[in-house]
Amino acid sequence: MSTAGQNYLSASTGVRSWLLTTDHKRIGILYAIAVATFFLLGGIFALLVRTELAAPGETIMGQDAYNQAFTLHGVVMVFLVIIPAIPGILGNFVLPIQIGAKDVAFPRLNLFSWYIFMLGALMALSGWLVIGQVDTGWTFYTPYSAEGTSSVLWLTSAVFIAGFASIFTGLNFIVTVHKMRAPGMAWNRLPLFVWAIYATAIVQVLATPVIGITMVLLFLERLLQIGIFDPALGGDPVLFQHFFWFYSHPAVYIMILPAMGIISDLMGTFSRQQVSGYTFIALSSVAIAFLGFLVWGHHMFVAGQSALSSIIFSMLTFLIGIPTGIKVFNWVATMYKGSVSLKTPMLYALMFLFLFTIGGLTGIMVGVLAVDVHLHDTYFIVAHFHYVMMGGALIGLIGGLHYWWPKITGRMYSETAGRIAAVLVFVGFNLTFFTQFVMGSRGMPRRYHDYAGLLDQYPEFAAYNLASSVGSFVLAAGLFMILAYAVHSLVRGKKAPANPWGAVTLEWTHTGPIPDPHNFEKVPLVTRGPYDFHLADDVLGAAASASSESQDNT
Amino acid sequence: MEQRQAFWLPDAASTYAGDVDALFYFILIVSVILFAGVMATMVLFAWRYRRRSAADRPKPVKENKIVETSWILVPTILVAIVFVWGFRVFIHMNVAPPNAMEITVRAQKWSWLFEYPNGVRASALHVPVGRPVKLTMSSADVLHSLYVPAFRTKMDVVPGRYTYAWFEATRQDTFLLMCTEYCGQQHSMMLSSVIVQSQDDFEAWLQEGLLAADASPAERGEMLYTQQGCLACHSLDGAPGTGPSFAGLAGSERVFADGTRRIADDNYLREAITQPATEIVEGYMALMPGTYALLEPDEIDALVAFIKEH
Repeated sequence: MSTAGQNYLSASTGVRSWLLTTDHKRIGILYAIAVATFFLLGGIFALLVRTELAAPGETIMGQDAYNQAFTLHGVVMVFLVIIPAIPGILGNFVLPIQIGAKDVAFPRLNLFSWYIFMLGALMALSGWLVIGQVDTGWTFYTPYSAEGTSSVLWLTSAVFIAGFASIFTGLNFIVTVHKMRAPGMAWNRLPLFVWAIYATAIVQVLATPVIGITMVLLFLERLLQIGIFDPALGGDPVLFQHFFWFYSHPAVYIMILPAMGIISDLMGTFSRQQVSGYTFIALSSVAIAFLGFLVWGHHMFVAGQSALSSIIFSMLTFLIGIPTGIKVFNWVATMYKGSVSLKTPMLYALMFLFLFTIGGLTGIMVGVLAVDVHLHDTYFIVAHFHYVMMGGALIGLIGGLHYWWPKITGRMYSETAGRIAAVLVFVGFNLTFFTQFVMGSRGMPRRYHDYAGLLDQYPEFAAYNLASSVGSFVLAAGLFMILAYAVHSLVRGKKAPANPWGAVTLEWTHTGPIPDPHNFEKVPLVTRGPYDFHLADDVLGAAASASSESQDNT
Repeated sequence: MEQRQAFWLPDAASTYAGDVDALFYFILIVSVILFAGVMATMVLFAWRYRRRSAADRPKPVKENKIVETSWILVPTILVAIVFVWGFRVFIHMNVAPPNAMEITVRAQKWSWLFEYPNGVRASALHVPVGRPVKLTMSSADVLHSLYVPAFRTKMDVVPGRYTYAWFEATRQDTFLLMCTEYCGQQHSMMLSSVIVQSQDDFEAWLQEGLLAADASPAERGEMLYTQQGCLACHSLDGAPGTGPSFAGLAGSERVFADGTRRIADDNYLREAITQPATEIVEGYMALMPGTYALLEPDEIDALVAFIKEH
């Protein structure tokens, strides 16, 4: 199709042109709409949970409704939001342009992934409406999950199906990065976001089949009554936990690695400086992808696995913790002797550093065997993984969305509104979850519908829970504010220039304000690294630069 | 029985709680220092190197080998320390001393049952102060987890296998014991307590718990009321619970959810124990497990006799 002068949004119109698109950018937007909807849903469940816990005793719902609410919150947020979010939205939109490709390697498979994901997602949600309620928690631990109604099997099938979307997307990105790089785009010139998505793709392809296998085993156990996980049939419930975490721990890296990639890009661009330790960050992402398969047992220190296993898993957990810590040092060091601009995306990058560092340090805390015995299954764990999953993965996503928003929509958003919302999110988040660290340390168990019975001995739980609930509403206000100014930007936002941030990666330097359907008018020739601001006369002007090496800019 | 003022962790009352707490505070302090250092550097850099003009062109920074080596070495050394320390304390927490008194723990939805070597059973865990206690635990249904925050003790209770935990209480007091592995509807109600007594009081309690050979059925029923965890849902004073109170139950007219009525005679009481799901009293839900059908006939007789006395 001839689309001269057209951009990817205006090239064709109508619902069909979106639902049958094979353009990676439009598929990215399809993911964005779906994920945003599920995020709203998951967020509502979270607010229901926090409202119930705001005061002791029954507040707004009974035990059953509460147990279903936290289960749905977990399932929706993990499987329908965090896992698909960054690869699906930003991976799809940004990765091909960043490596100078016209599209991903398999555009039709890419669209098919989205449909598979939607099928899994709608199954998961319809199961709740049609078949019956699930109250097992997102972990589906046996034998409790085997007792329930068939809706557990329905929901796990949905997770199984959504898993294929994850596998296909991962496969697509691996091939795209290997085969579709523009001339001059050497491996050591890949933006760190590409490295992160690449490492994530490896985990998606290798780990996701395991949850599929686990769900099939659950099915076989129920249908054929053969003992696998159910002790009543001669199975072993701890085996289920091994299977579950053998997927779900690597899945933690599916969730956090892409956010780390975004942060690397943001720190580089908004500091106008080489990302410190580029090679280390790039390779450690891949190393973490593999090491991530060897630490699942740290979820099970008190589950009845042998003490020796626990000790080995604790040691491996620290091995994976060290490179993650070093990355934080690298990100901070990137600002050294840079030119730091505190635009909204950078505020989120710094917020990520704040929250993720707390998440990481408390990860060391719960990785220490003796201490984990006390903290396991308390609110300390809840706080820890929210600092990593929300403070890390989702704050990274929000930062990335602000960063690439002008490229995706061709519009700017209100910088003032962006900063106010960032402050609300930061304050709300810490009020919600830092209080949970304290009450968790003091023994407040997770997944409790009510804590009235604990108040005799631990009266402070009432105040902490109330503070946490208030925080969740502040956090929600911040998130709704983002939604509001995003919508405003779409309708009324100023037209964005092609490169509002002075970034030097291809999506900013070689495309128009809104990219055309095939991204580039001609295949770009890459002559510098992703953070070589000193070589970017074409972007920043020839100013004081000693180097006159410039890049082909058409 | 002076309570240690706790700064962050709860009050501690077992021999190894101090070891766990020391490690926790060590990691906490090192973490706070590291975190403050990283954040201070971040804020300093963001301010010191703030963009002064849109045309700023900073020169690339050469990587500094000494700095990079130090930020690899320091965290590695720190985690090596906390790993070894955590591992040593963990082994200590996992290996019960050979002289430990053994108590059997049975968990079921949603109650705890503790059985002593002399056959006494109780729904609260009575232990002597200053003596190691080893718990051998099993579950009748799903996963549970026994947690006593004051002792820093936690262990999952798994159906189909035994798991173990041990502790030695250091103070006479009553401590909360809870379930921390999600086990369904009333997970948050699966609470009990650890009652730490002096050696003499404990011995006396243990003897009282033994039923005299000539105990009446109602006395045996009273024992079962505690042992079988009936008390978790059925009060004796008329207070509404998860299930109807036993007070004034026998002989009264019961109204069921489907509108039918029946006088609570002996046969009604028997069926309500053995087939709890068939007739649900109005205002309550079908939550009582069916496992009580497995009680011995004389145990059911005893419970019926006990209920009739209230």
